[in-house]
Amino acid sequence: MMLKKLPAAVALATLTAFAGSAFAQVKVGVIASSTGPTALVGIPQKNTVPLLPTKVGDLTVEYITLDDASDSTASVTAVKKLLSEQKVDAIIGPSGSPNAMGAIQFVAEAGTPMLAPVGTAAVVLPMTEQKKWVFKTTQNDDIIAEALIEHMSKTGIKTLGLIGTADPYGENWAKVMAGLTEKAGIKIVATEKFQRSDSSVTGQALKILGAKPDAVLVTAPGGPSVLPHTTLVDMGYKGQMYQTHGAALPDFLKLGGKKVEGTILAASLMLVLDEMPDSNPSKKVAADYIAAYEKMHGHKPATFGANVYDAGLLLQQAIPLAAQKGKPGTAEFRSALRDALEQTKELVATQGVYNMTPADHSGFDERGRVMITVKDGTWKLLK
Amino acid sequence: MNLQIAMILGQDGITNGAIYALLALSILLVFTVTRVLFIPLGEFVAFGALTMAAFQAGKAPALIWLVAGFAVAVATADLLASYRNSGRLRFSSAQALRLTYPFVLGYALYQMPLADLPMSVQVLLTLAIVVPLGPQTYRLFYQPIASAPVLILLIVSIAVHVALVGLALLVFGPSGAKTAPFSEAGLALGPITLNSQTLWVIAVSIALIIVLYQFFERTIYGKALRATAINRVGAQLMGISPVFAGKASFFLATLIATLSGVLIAPITTIYYDSGFIISLKGFIGSIIGGLVSYPIAALGAVLVGLLEAFSAFWASTYKEVIVFTLIIPFLLWRSLTIRHVEEEE
Repeated sequence: MMLKKLPAAVALATLTAFAGSAFAQVKVGVIASSTGPTALVGIPQKNTVPLLPTKVGDLTVEYITLDDASDSTASVTAVKKLLSEQKVDAIIGPSGSPNAMGAIQFVAEAGTPMLAPVGTAAVVLPMTEQKKWVFKTTQNDDIIAEALIEHMSKTGIKTLGLIGTADPYGENWAKVMAGLTEKAGIKIVATEKFQRSDSSVTGQALKILGAKPDAVLVTAPGGPSVLPHTTLVDMGYKGQMYQTHGAALPDFLKLGGKKVEGTILAASLMLVLDEMPDSNPSKKVAADYIAAYEKMHGHKPATFGANVYDAGLLLQQAIPLAAQKGKPGTAEFRSALRDALEQTKELVATQGVYNMTPADHSGFDERGRVMITVKDGTWKLLK
Repeated sequence: MNLQIAMILGQDGITNGAIYALLALSILLVFTVTRVLFIPLGEFVAFGALTMAAFQAGKAPALIWLVAGFAVAVATADLLASYRNSGRLRFSSAQALRLTYPFVLGYALYQMPLADLPMSVQVLLTLAIVVPLGPQTYRLFYQPIASAPVLILLIVSIAVHVALVGLALLVFGPSGAKTAPFSEAGLALGPITLNSQTLWVIAVSIALIIVLYQFFERTIYGKALRATAINRVGAQLMGISPVFAGKASFFLATLIATLSGVLIAPITTIYYDSGFIISLKGFIGSIIGGLVSYPIAALGAVLVGLLEAFSAFWASTYKEVIVFTLIIPFLLWRSLTIRHVEEEE
């Protein structure tokens, strides 16, 4: 039964394949964790896909969106599927850091560039033969960390307590901070870890209180960044609280309420767009994105969506260059696309300005961050 | 470590431990009566907390439509079963009531000024919405395979857990929620101030345990459940319906879990998938009780809470490792000291 149908199926498949190449279409796979624990990140990313450029020069761009349910194994399956079945020219995603780490090996094997909108710098650092296929559309932790440390030095903070999640995000921050604080002459007096799902961090907070640091930095992605913060405040901690860009979510304000007033963090300018001077190159790009997103979905996007949007902008700029070297769907095109992405210079996007080099596949500089504080329940530019 | 720190940690541990104890008791109750390891129990903790949060935000929780969907499925299953048994489509008034209940409640919810209701009414409404899901879950997923081996029931439990977490994401969305505390006051005890919510958690837990004890010792329904737990076939021969026992145990377990969710929602942020890890810690408690003893299970769960609090202070990186490793010595001790009884299949 099945065998009889096989020749017809093969013929059909060949036909579609030919039809596909005849249209000179670029295929981009998107993997977003629109369900599962990372859904808070993945949903704005999935919602951003319809806003990505569909026509670049003479080429049309088709986006194939898959959900990995926040599961790293499912991400790898999705990546393999996109590579072997859809023969995509580039991949945007996955949403989670561990998920992206797992996918690197496979995109490198297939020679397909991957634009990962993930938090951890580990996907592009240290640069290896495999990671040269990966580009990261978020600020590296150290760019954010430098800004925080600069502020700490300026305000005379000498001792720091760290509390972070026991996952790659928290681990990497602990590493980055250990290096940078030493240079700045700040001493880390307590390093505590907690789980994303913990219902109480009293023990860790007591330990930090006992060490009496001048300031405390919470390094946790998303909603879990609130619990250590409010626990410390409840226990009467009076020092300055710092947060990372992982906390830069509406949820942080909603869950934290009055207790997170006065927090200082460094993050993307999207949070305080109205206060940014018009001279900032990213202001217009970000405002356009937010307006388009709001029109389509009826609410403002979280910054995670902008990371995917930036990936689209990077591709938009690189695809015409790559098209001179080969036809979409071929290995030459994908390789040329990677080279073109690596040579991105002064590309203004929603989060900042990208300047890629062979060593730096994230490409942000100090224009990719602003200092922000919480005042009267909203984000305010720190002046 | 001084006395003050020990007291704060102890308070924290006992608060969480009390919640774990309630869940341990529910798991034990369901297991002894129906042999189901009720993994989805944690979901009802999250449902309770998030429904309460939805009320306080002035929104009618969409969960009521899940209850309605389940009610329709239950009615269909009942009709099919009656057709298969007697060849006729019979629909009793109790079944009709069960079918219409969520729709009436849903309509009422959309009419009420939810955010302005007193907290006690909000709690009752939360229970009214979430608790029917328990018996419905039993009717739909466990009753048709009630006599299957424990392993199959366990696999079904895992499937139901995964499905409910997925539905929870749809119903409540990915963001977490925290509710207002029952009261703001605190109680000074020596060097520390006891949080009022802590007192609520402990008081409600103790009250529930006493009520449950009275229920099982004094009432005919409680005795029927106990009889089923001790000897299923014997109880059936005495006229105790296993379907009734199953539904009653699921009802009680869901009630306790939902109440636990309402109790901890002011203390911590609850996400749609937070329930699982909380019930897993209750599960460790019930393992310590050997899945038979209620008092040891409750004590075990409090031990888990305390251990968690103190290990978070001493070695926060290894907290989870320490808590879950606790299960191994207890399993060893249990399997070495107690004569193993093969389950009759």
